[in-house]
Amino acid sequence: MSAGVGVDLENLWIRFGDFVAVRDANVKINGGDFFSFLGPSGCGKTTILRAVSGFLEPSEGNVLIGGNNMRGIGPNKRPTALIFQNLALFPLMKVWENITFSMEIKGASSAERRKRADELLDMIALPDQGDKLPNELSGGQRQRVAIARALCAEPDVLLLDEPLSALDLKLRQHMRTELREIQKRVGITFIYITHDQGEALTMSDNIAVMRAGVIDQIADGKTIYNDPNTAFAASFVGENNVFRGKVKQIMGNEALIATNRSGDLVARISTTNQGKMKEGDDAMMFVRPEAFAIAPDGASGDHFVTARVNHEEFEGNAFNIFTEGEGGKEIKVSIPNHGQSFDDHTGQNITLEYETHNAVIVPAGELAAE
Amino acid sequence: MNNSFLRISIWVYLAIFFLYLLGPLVIMSITAFNSSGFPRMSPWECLTFQWFGELFQDQRILNGIKNSLIIGLGTVVLSVAMGLAGALMLTQIWPKLRATYYTIIIAPILIPGVVLGISTLVFWDRINRMLGLGADSFLSNGIFLTVIGQSTFIASYCMLVLVARLQRYDVALTEAALDLGASHAQAFRKILLPFMRPAIASAAVLAFLASFENYNTTTFTFGEYPTLTIELAQKVRYGITPAISALAFIIVALTVFFALMNEAKLKRQELVAVARKNATVEELAGKIKLPSFFAGNMAAVLLVVFAVATITVVGTAATYNPGQCIADIREQKQLEAEQRIQELRKQREERRKQREAEEAEQGGAQTAPKPSNNSGFGNVFAPNSLDGSETEGEDGVSEPESAPSNNSGFGGVFDPNSLQGDE
Repeated sequence: MSAGVGVDLENLWIRFGDFVAVRDANVKINGGDFFSFLGPSGCGKTTILRAVSGFLEPSEGNVLIGGNNMRGIGPNKRPTALIFQNLALFPLMKVWENITFSMEIKGASSAERRKRADELLDMIALPDQGDKLPNELSGGQRQRVAIARALCAEPDVLLLDEPLSALDLKLRQHMRTELREIQKRVGITFIYITHDQGEALTMSDNIAVMRAGVIDQIADGKTIYNDPNTAFAASFVGENNVFRGKVKQIMGNEALIATNRSGDLVARISTTNQGKMKEGDDAMMFVRPEAFAIAPDGASGDHFVTARVNHEEFEGNAFNIFTEGEGGKEIKVSIPNHGQSFDDHTGQNITLEYETHNAVIVPAGELAAE
Repeated sequence: MNNSFLRISIWVYLAIFFLYLLGPLVIMSITAFNSSGFPRMSPWECLTFQWFGELFQDQRILNGIKNSLIIGLGTVVLSVAMGLAGALMLTQIWPKLRATYYTIIIAPILIPGVVLGISTLVFWDRINRMLGLGADSFLSNGIFLTVIGQSTFIASYCMLVLVARLQRYDVALTEAALDLGASHAQAFRKILLPFMRPAIASAAVLAFLASFENYNTTTFTFGEYPTLTIELAQKVRYGITPAISALAFIIVALTVFFALMNEAKLKRQELVAVARKNATVEELAGKIKLPSFFAGNMAAVLLVVFAVATITVVGTAATYNPGQCIADIREQKQLEAEQRIQELRKQREERRKQREAEEAEQGGAQTAPKPSNNSGFGNVFAPNSLDGSETEGEDGVSEPESAPSNNSGFGGVFDPNSLQGDE
């Protein structure tokens, strides 16, 4: 991959009056990466994007693009192009005029612009649609026009502000792969904002998980899913069952947790927290639904949980079992469908087992809202 | 039953409503074509275009139109610019101040035009003096003062129109333009201004019309440049002629023409949009088949009909000579007058004869009630003489045109016909 232009955020603070939108963000985005900011709405990810594109001056800290400090440089002078959440296509211009607006600004001739527009329209698989008006296109087509318009400006960094959120599910999934392909083809840095963990995981090289203006974790998708830093990252990305308790004993990379309701359980301490946790700390243990398996009745130990089955559902690729653990705690279990026979357990008590390296322990903290 | 009654009453209501709205205009327009020297619809005398000719020979009216156009253009430029600035400011201003700002900007609409006129005059006169300029300086020029004075409140109208459109503007469009490398000026010129164009056009038309018809502010500020409304007001003070009806007719016709044109244009845009929606990609790429100009466009048809009618009327007017008709009418009037005189004479004759006969009878039958005027009071107390005077009075009222035959001391000067005869 070509070494694109990287973006660095250094000790970035953004305040609106007394409200802190972004708190001391330090992010290093490699050139040519597909980098996502993932977080619930209102966590400050759009604010970061606006600071990178130049619509907002950071209160403290710096935005560096390709190593150059961008302080005091307006949005029209930065090597970035932003794809707006509502796309912001110019309603009175035809598609080809929209796409080549950045060339019009530079004084390119109409013929030149038309030629470039046709190339880009071919690239986004909308050949011959250049003479339409934006409102004569479908949602997915408009989406692609917005991308073409941004790419026409030949930016070093493309910023995308939840561009897929207005599309329906099927189209969204299709556009995910398409975006990823475009990014690979043009080889420039993409910074993507989303609250949809599926989008972030499928497309990104690296993800920053954000919570209330704070970046909790920056890592690739697999690491974030399997080895979350914080309780928030663990609960926001993917489904997770949480067990609260106190650290009873540290055993190298693993720890024994005295959970409030399910007895003593063992799990791996997440990588960044290893060596930092000590006995007596409040902790949370997370086990993914697919990490559970049904154990033979009567089995017990430090990686077994007993629960009573509330109801079950068949999802096609998996059987989902919703159980009520001791003390009314809900645990979701998902058993992959290999075509095996599956007994109905509703109302029964079952024993669940997990492998200790598939469960992680992090310090107790705020969970993502359901 | 009940339903149809309702429907009928709605139609009746509508008819009355439109009669009320448009009736005066229609009547005024008709009077412009009547040869009668006073603008009236009945009695109809002759179809004539002479009032239009008279209108276009009236230097004061023509000068007034010229001044109105110049002042209108100046007001449009100033008001739309100020209105746009005010509207943009309203979207940018700190939200807490917005309501106050809006009230201040709207206030000139609520202030009487007379007050605005006087204050404009006083204010600029003061400034003129402060700068030590004479009475012939630019700041005391009638056109300058009128444009400034009218714009004080017309700009508010413009702002209202522009704000309505601006509220539907997505600021992200400007940001997108900036992000794509445009400067603020380019983003304004290439994105915001085209978006605002329809509203700017409406505001300009509104401003022009408001300026054109304004009287009460202008009356204080016009100086040596009276506008059309000022000239009309001054003319009407000395009595009105059908030439003013002719002017009214031209204005009404122009209004109808532009209204139809606008309607036709809107309809056309709508039809084109539909055609584009149904067009295939290939058609859009070059040779889109647009609907023909008249298809489904009633306003366009009416517009053309109207234009053809106007051309016909103007063509007719150029060759039409109502002289014969007017001569006929005059002759007819004279004939009528003579006939009346004859009739009156005859009546008088008859009455005299009657009276003579009566007197003869009375004189013959009874001489006692002294019919002669020997008494000190003349004949005033005679019951018959009262009767006689009454009939005479009635004659005077019902047949004023018989005056020449009265041999009165005024020699018939009050006879309208005699005036016409002089002409």
